[in-house]
Order: sequence, then C-alpha cells, then structure tokens
Amino acid sequence: MEEKIEKHTIAVLVDNEPGVLARVIGLFSGRGYNIESLTVAEVNNADHLSRITLVTSGTRMVVEQIKAQLDRLVPVHKVHDLTDEGPSVERELALVKVAGTGDRRIEALRLADIFKAKVVDATLTSFVFELTGTTAEVDDFVGLMAQLGLVEASRTGVVAMSKGATGF
Amino acid sequence: MPEQKLTGAQIVIKALKDQGVDIIFGYPGGAVLPIYDAIFQQNDIRHILVRHEQAAVHAAEGYARSTGKVGCVLVTSGPGATNAVTGLLDALCDSIPLVCLSGQVPTHLIGNDAFQEADTTGITRPCTKHNYLVKDVNQLARTMHEAFYVARSGRPGPVLVDIPKDVQFADGTYVPPTEVKHKTYRPQVKPEIARVEEAIELIATAKRPIFYTGGGVVNAGPIAGKLLTQFVKMTSFPITSTLMGLGAFPASDPQWLGMLGMHGTYEANLAMYNCDVMINIGARFDDRVTGKLSEFAPGSKKIHVDIDPSSINKNVAVDIPIVGDAGAVLEDMIRIWKARQKRVDQTALKEWWGQVEGWRARNCLNYNRTEAVIKPQYALERLREALRGKNHYVTTEVGQHQMWAAQFLPFDEPNRWMTSGGLGTMGYGLPAAIGAQLAHPDAIVVDVSGEASFLMNMQEIGTAVQYRAPVKIFILNNKYMGMVRQWQELLHGSRYSNSYSEALPDFVKLAESWGCVGLRATTVAEVDEVIEKMLAVTDRPCIIDIAVDPKENCFPMIPGGKAHNEILFGPEDSPSDATPEDGMVLV
Ligand SMILES: Cc1cc2nc3c(=O)[nH]c(=O)nc-3n(C[C@H](O)[C@H](O)[C@H](O)COP(=O)(O)OP(=O)(O)OC[C@H]3O[C@@H](n4cnc5c(N)ncnc54)[C@H](O)[C@@H]3O)c2cc1C
Ligand SMILES: Cc1ncc(C[n+]2csc(CCOP(=O)(O)OP(=O)(O)O)c2C)c(N)n1
Ligand SMILES: [Mg+2]
Repeated sequence: MEEKIEKHTIAVLVDNEPGVLARVIGLFSGRGYNIESLTVAEVNNADHLSRITLVTSGTRMVVEQIKAQLDRLVPVHKVHDLTDEGPSVERELALVKVAGTGDRRIEALRLADIFKAKVVDATLTSFVFELTGTTAEVDDFVGLMAQLGLVEASRTGVVAMSKGATGF
Repeated sequence: MPEQKLTGAQIVIKALKDQGVDIIFGYPGGAVLPIYDAIFQQNDIRHILVRHEQAAVHAAEGYARSTGKVGCVLVTSGPGATNAVTGLLDALCDSIPLVCLSGQVPTHLIGNDAFQEADTTGITRPCTKHNYLVKDVNQLARTMHEAFYVARSGRPGPVLVDIPKDVQFADGTYVPPTEVKHKTYRPQVKPEIARVEEAIELIATAKRPIFYTGGGVVNAGPIAGKLLTQFVKMTSFPITSTLMGLGAFPASDPQWLGMLGMHGTYEANLAMYNCDVMINIGARFDDRVTGKLSEFAPGSKKIHVDIDPSSINKNVAVDIPIVGDAGAVLEDMIRIWKARQKRVDQTALKEWWGQVEGWRARNCLNYNRTEAVIKPQYALERLREALRGKNHYVTTEVGQHQMWAAQFLPFDEPNRWMTSGGLGTMGYGLPAAIGAQLAHPDAIVVDVSGEASFLMNMQEIGTAVQYRAPVKIFILNNKYMGMVRQWQELLHGSRYSNSYSEALPDFVKLAESWGCVGLRATTVAEVDEVIEKMLAVTDRPCIIDIAVDPKENCFPMIPGGKAHNEILFGPEDSPSDATPEDGMVLV
C-alpha cells in the first residue's frame, strides 16, 4: 500500500521568542519529517509575531501529523496549509553571482533580462543578480547560470500567501 | 499600595505557593542556592531531598499521578539538570504534569562555558512539553504561572523553567496567577457535538463493540473514570485498557477484559482483533498495543477521543476523530445516548459476549502452580490478597515483574497504579513510590520491583528513610534481567548475553544498613509470612527479596510485529521460526 507523496507549503504564525525556531526545526529532525525550505522573519513588531513558511513533503497522513505537531508547540498561534486551503502565491528571492568575460558575460546579462533579474552589483568580471520568482523559475535561472560562470547562489527559500482578500 | 519588590528566589517560592505546591523534590547546588535559602525561610512548602536528580523527577511523577496535581522539582545547573533529563522524558512520554525548576549560571556568563553551565533549554527541548529560560526577574512570576498552566492543561506534560542565578538574586515585581493569561495555548476541551452524535449513532449499531481506554482517562481526572464506568455499564460492552489506563474502569467488574497489547489477555486482544466498533478513549495506539498495524482490528470502525489532535490518525487511521477532554466527551456521550433513547443490539451483543467468554475461558494468565519454587505470579497473587480492601498504591520498575503486576494486581480506581509505560525507565518505581507515599502518608505504597531495576535508583532508600516514607520494595528476584532474557530466548537463540544479574547485594543486609526492615522469602510457604511482616512495618521502608523462579517467562505475549491473534501462551509455544524480520527490529 504505497501512498502518494504530497508537497505542501505551510505557514505558521509564532511568538517571536528565543528558541522558537529551534523548536520547529527540532520537531522536523526529531520526527524525521522533510524540510525542503524554511523561511522566518518577524512580521508584526508590536506583538512580536514571526511568520514561518515551510515547504515539506510526505504522505497525506504524515502531512496532517506535521500540522498537528506544529500546532501543539506552545508558542504557535496558527498553522495554515496553503496547499490545501485554495490558491496561493509563492515566491523566492535569490542572489546569484556570475563571473566571466566576453560572450559569456553578455549571455548572462541577456538571460537576466529575460528572467527580469536585477543587477545589484557589477565589476568588470562579475555580476550579482537579484531574482524573484517561483522556486522553478529560480531553479531554471541558476541552472542556466551554472553554464555561464556561476560562482555562488544564495536563496531565501519560499515565502507564500493565500490569494484573495482574507489573511491569517 | 506601593509595588512590593521581591527577590527572584522569593518570587519563585511565592509562585509555587500560589500554585498550590506543598511538596517539592530537589537537590541543591551552586546555581540554586538563593532558592534554597528562600525555602529555608518558610514553612509552607516541604522540600524533599532526594539522592539523585533523576529520582526527584520520578518522585514528582509519583506524587502527580497519585494526586492529579502538578509535581514539582528543583535541580541545580549543569549536572543537576542533565541528571533530570531521563525523568523529564519519562513524564513527557506518559503525559505527567510536572514543573521542573533548574538553576543556570548568571546571565552574563551564559554561552561562556562557565562552571556547571549546560544548555539546559536546548537539551530538554525535546524532553519537555515546553521550557523557558528566564532572563528578566520581572518575567519570572509570569513564567512560573505559565509553566504550571501549560503543564496541567490539555495533554499534560513536564515544563522546565531555567533560572540564572543573578535572576534569583535580583529584585522584581510579583504578579499573581489570576493576572496571567497565556497568549497562545488553548487546548480544545469541549468536543464538536456533531462528531459525538456520529459516534453515538455508530455505537448504537455495533454488533461486536469494544472500549479501548488509556491513560487519557486518568489524565482527565477521577470524574472521567466515573463517567467512563457509567457509559460502559449503560452499553454493557466489553472494555479493555492499556497499561497506562488501568484503574479508570474497575477491574473487579465482569465487563473488564484485562489489559490488552503485547502482554495483554487473550480475551482483550481477540476482542480487539474481531471487533466491528472500537471506542478508543484517551489511548494513543502505541505499538505495544497495536502489534502488526496492517492487521490491527482489521474489520472495525474506529472512534478516537483524544485531547491532543496529534495523537489522532498518527499510527492508525480512524473513522470518527473527536478532539476533547475524555471527561467532557463522555459526559456528552452519555447525555446524547439518553436523549436519543439509544438501545444496543441485544441479540448481537449476546452472541459477542458468548465469543468473548469463550476466549476468557482459555484462562490465559494461568501458570504452572508448584510448591517447588516461588512463581512470580504466585507472589503477586498473594500480595493482591493481602492488599485487598486496604488503601494502597502500586508503582513498578520495568521488566517482567512490571507486566506481571499489570496482569495480577487489580485496580478499581484511577491514580492507584504508577508505572513507566512510554519510556520504560528502569529505576522509576522506587522514587515514584516515595512521591506517592509522601502524598498519601497513611496508605500502603508498594514498589513491585526487579532486582536489576532496583539497583538503578536504590540510593533513594536514603530519601525514604530520611522522610520516614514506609514504602515497600517488593523485589521479584529472578537473578536475571528477566525481560531481556525472555527476548534473548525468543529471538536470539537463548544466548543470554549480559542479562544475568551478577554480584547482587544481600538485600536484607542492605536494608538493615539503612536501618530499614529487610525480609526474604525463598520458599512458597514463606511468601505469605513476609508479606504479612512487610505490611506491619509502618515507620520505615521495607525491602522484600523474593527468590522467584529464574526461568519464568511472561505470557501471554504477542511478539513484536505480530497480529493480535498470534499469541504465545507459554513456553510450549515457540515463535522463533515465525518472527518476521520487521518484528525483530521492534523494541
Ligand atoms: C516492558 C513494557 C511492556 C509494555 N507492554 C504493554 C502492553 O502489553 N500493553 C499496553 O497497553 N502497554 C504496554 N506498555 C506500555 C506502552 O509502551 C505505552 O506506554 C502504553 O500502551 C500507552 O498507553 P496509552 O495508549 O493509554 O497512552 P498514554 O501514554 O497514557 O497517553 C494518553 C493519551 O491520552 C491523551 N490524553 C491525555 N489527556 C487527555 C484527556 N484529558 N482527555 C482525553 N485524552 C487525553 C493523550 O493525548 C494521549 O494520546 C509496555 C511498556 C513496557 C515498558
Ligand atoms: C534505564 C533502562 N535501561 C535498560 C532497559 C532495558 N530493559 C528493559 S527490562 C530490563 C530488565 C529488567 O530487569 P529486572 O529489573 O530484574 O526485571 P525482570 O524483567 O527480571 O522482572 C532491561 C535491561 C530499560 N528499560 N531501562
Ligand atoms: Mg530480574
């Protein structure tokens, strides 16, 4: 009875207190769940609330278990499964450093233009591009740059939000 | 009124008093000296000095489980805190409400590898329900109250509060519990009524029903046990319970089938296997209970009542999940059952009970009665007779003796039976017995022990002597780590690797060296005699060394990874050829 593996994007609103990220990460490592991506930052300064977006995968039963486990962490306010709860948007930001000269440099710049990446640093032999897009778009861009002198890529991981007027 | 300033240590004590703490189990050290000083200057809270911090936690567990209150522990930084870790995890696994206070190096030294510094919140994060490091004395009172709230609410568990020494010295403001409301933690207590109604409809159509109840009913308090009993009586269904749930339904009732699971009764396990409707209240489908998951109660519809949503659909997919407190749900169940004037299917039930009685007639707990050697089961039967009608509590260590105690000692009330189920911690029983005894000074408290487990925390005899806790340590001495030997026999070709209890002390002399009473039984005739003598001791601990059959194994047994209908009844059944690979790896 092989069950289907599903990929889910989950948003978690937590109290921004010391150790809260360790609790979330410890939960995943301790229970053997996958984390494909995790981002966190304070979103409400006055109430010290942080929003964690994480992408995980597992069978339906495991994904439900992950949400229940997250929800029972004491500093967690809310857990939302954006994959289950209707349409949502997901974005990643990446900084991509490419070094090279001549044709390769020109090709890198052209591709950056197609992907609507911004140049945020330039030298005579290198660029740092800033790109925002879906994970797949960022993957594609980084994949192309790998052939044009990719030095390093730094990615934020996914942030996500449901579409429409209502929020957390 | 001018704001009154207290030191951090005084705030701790005041918070404990306001939370109704009357006993705290602990062990001093540099990082908690201010709190010890504050303890010295008051008389409301009694401090019990243990001999090892692990025991402080187990003692608090025994206290908590036998009273329904939150148990309380105080340990120093570094080794004090790390010694407490096993106890904390034990309490987490068995859902026992505790608050553990630990000292920490002063805030300005945290992270500097200071003397006796440990990352206590880091180490205990996966071993507690929640933990705190308090860096500001003005947050201390609030944090203490929150800790108690979190420990006792929802699914109970241990909470640790780590308090740096400078915070204990600093002056701060106290806030009473009434002014503290938790920001996020609001477990669901009342169930969704529609779900309860669905459950009632299913229960009313059941032809082969069974109640499978667990520690959650005990967690829900004595009222939940009463409601459970009432509902089970109304339906006349059979009922079984986990190791952790024993006593919530009276064992003396004919509807009681005994414990289920790996060492459960034949009738309980077969009734589970063959049921068409399973009503799980406060049990968590532990692997010791389900056995082979794919063959767990294969033809059944399942109702699962649990206060922790993460317990539901974790191991076993259920048809009707009900999130809520066992007591609250049972109350609704009874009310709706009555309001809808539900009747059970008498004909089907009669047939079902016929089947169940057939299984019961197999008399699966029978053992080879002999005069030649003391059988551990016999010793427990005699203990049972001696305790009958007396106000008593039983704790256990971990091993064969624990399972025999579960099989042979009946409990008619919850909170009378304390055992380490989820973690299976050898060394739990003696300190837990001390905790229970201090909470119930006039009761008889017996720790059913194995000789190997006893050695793990035997230093606590000193604690029992100091506080005149007349606990009875009832050692079923088989000279083996019997449970290990049993598995080696069944799964490892009887190669008894390191499972013999070599170099045992003379337990009678050991008792005497502490000024306690030591007793020994080596023949069947002596068993009643030592039990009688043991019960006569009321002012000091008593160690009873019972030389039992070293070869006896615990049956019935469902080997790991097997289904409920694949039960071994005794030494004549050999599973070795049939134990599946995936069962071998289970513990
Ligand atoms: C050597 C050994 C052998 C063992 N053999 C067996 C065996 O044969 N049979 C057996 O049963 N066990 C056995 N155990 C114990 C086993 O490992 C588990 O500890 C036990 O089965 C779990 O019991 P439980 O399901 O009642 O859950 P518990 O651990 O008691 O958990 C309680 C459940 O109830 C829920 N709950 C808590 N509070 C409430 C509330 N107020 N309302 C509703 N729900 C609530 C919790 O969320 C949790 O899901 C053995 C242990 C050892 C060490
Ligand atoms: C702290 C700890 N270490 C190891 C084990 C594994 N273990 C389970 S039962 C057992 C043997 C217990 O021996 P004893 O106390 O003599 O009890 P018996 O089985 O003989 O009744 C062991 C080693 C454990 N449960 N706890
Ligand atoms: Mg033994």
